[in-house]
Amino acid sequence: MIKATRLSKYYGSLTAVDNLSFQVGPGEVLGFLGPNGAGKSTTMRMIAGFLTPSGGTATVCGFDIQKDPIAAKSAIGYLPEGAPNYPEMSCGRFLDFIADVRQLKGNTRRARLDDVIDRLHLGPVMHQAIDTLSKGFKRRVGLAQAIIHDPQVLILDEPTDGLDPNQKFEVRELIHKMASDKIIVISTHILEEVHAVCSRAIIIANGKLLADDTPQALESRSRYHNAVSLRVGQGTDAESVRNILRSQQQIGRIEGEGDSITAFPKDGALLLPRITGLANEHNWQLDELHLESGRLDEVFRDITSAEPQV
Amino acid sequence: MSSVWVIMKRELRSYFATPVAYVFIFIFLALTGLFTFQIGGFYERGQADLAAFFEFHPWLYLFLVPALSMRLWAEERKIGTIELLMTLPVTMWQAVLAKYLAAWCFTGIALALTFPLWITVNYLGNPDNGVILAAYIGSFLMAGGFLAIGACLSAVTRNQVIAFILTVSLCFMLLLIGHPQVLSVMQGWVPQFIVDAIASLSFHTHFASIKKGVIDLRDLVYFVLVITFFLIANAVILDVKKSN
Repeated sequence: MIKATRLSKYYGSLTAVDNLSFQVGPGEVLGFLGPNGAGKSTTMRMIAGFLTPSGGTATVCGFDIQKDPIAAKSAIGYLPEGAPNYPEMSCGRFLDFIADVRQLKGNTRRARLDDVIDRLHLGPVMHQAIDTLSKGFKRRVGLAQAIIHDPQVLILDEPTDGLDPNQKFEVRELIHKMASDKIIVISTHILEEVHAVCSRAIIIANGKLLADDTPQALESRSRYHNAVSLRVGQGTDAESVRNILRSQQQIGRIEGEGDSITAFPKDGALLLPRITGLANEHNWQLDELHLESGRLDEVFRDITSAEPQV
Repeated sequence: MSSVWVIMKRELRSYFATPVAYVFIFIFLALTGLFTFQIGGFYERGQADLAAFFEFHPWLYLFLVPALSMRLWAEERKIGTIELLMTLPVTMWQAVLAKYLAAWCFTGIALALTFPLWITVNYLGNPDNGVILAAYIGSFLMAGGFLAIGACLSAVTRNQVIAFILTVSLCFMLLLIGHPQVLSVMQGWVPQFIVDAIASLSFHTHFASIKKGVIDLRDLVYFVLVITFFLIANAVILDVKKSN
């Protein structure tokens, strides 16, 4: 369990994190969302014990990060932003070093090392200096050091930043596999990532918590939630489709240009069956027809821009 | 304690993973040779001792040790590994001590590699090896003092050049205030006990007596105190930076 209680951080007169309280339990993957400079990294750094909070505190697995930092840090695996590591060390030496500091010994140590090397496909680069590795490999080395002691709590600051799509996919798979029995907090500003890995998302801006919900519930806040989008095919006149849709009682608004049309429901009406019916009735040629679940980027923009900028 | 050992090992290894170690050792040995034979007049003195060798150690350390210490914390901060180090389950103290001890060990290695001089002087004559040992211990302690100052000032900034200049300046001052010429300027118009007090703060004063072969408890205590003071300051600075 991670429990943040009124966590705050001030830099002089600047408030980076403002009275943040939240809890994360086992099995949850919490996504930290927010614009750049929202306080995501600062919050993670405080929980990981790198920064001292100006106010409030956090406990990790019952250990207060300020009163019992060593016990708390032992329970955490942390990937700092940008995955820093010692450039002159070889990948193998670096992981050996982390395993030693984490007090792994004997068979456990060997098994854990084999496990992370296998999981992150580090085998071929074990003898290479980290300096000479590609960005993707560097990030994987960073992830390997974070999970080497099989921690209860994983805090990953932008784990997929700068990776190519395949690497992103792999990292998300990795997080997925570990999610069942761990507490995982990741920060990101890639919204598709929230869908891909998070069971819950917290949106912060200017250090304040603005939303705390499942990705689905956040999406349902979008005005696109339950809207129906369609694309008219050749042989059907888009204007006449628009006119027919406009005349429907349940449809509040019509948007879109050219062949693309989005119909927004009025009073939470269910549009899909109705529109399918109309399409059959008027013999519309449709290339595309789907129900919108909501657009996270739009919700994100709404929530974070409603907050007055300092 | 084992964490100190693990971090120290990593640090020490990283010196030798880059050219830093080899350049440092090469320059150190070349300069000690140059000073001992050319400027110190090792042969011309006609004495079986290493006084000509140790004479210049304070001035060598003045530039070489800050070059070694400037990276200690500044580099970690610059490349971000300080965040990695400080979120591992080690205390601030263990980290400060481990990094310091690694650097000190390294200067110890460089110093030990001057052993051919000791062999030479033993081959040429019958020196008092007790005096030589004492001088080696004194030199090592002095290097430790310089290093502690450098480590502390390296924690102040992420810029290694600034760390270097600050360390050289402070060490230079600590050397200078014990120099007879500087002290004689003060004599006459500054009360003697103040002159003595200032002199007793200097590296120069304390190294001067050790290198003559006299290991006085006061000199040992002086170096231990300097090292302790600056390592505490080092930890305090890191702690303050952590909460700012």
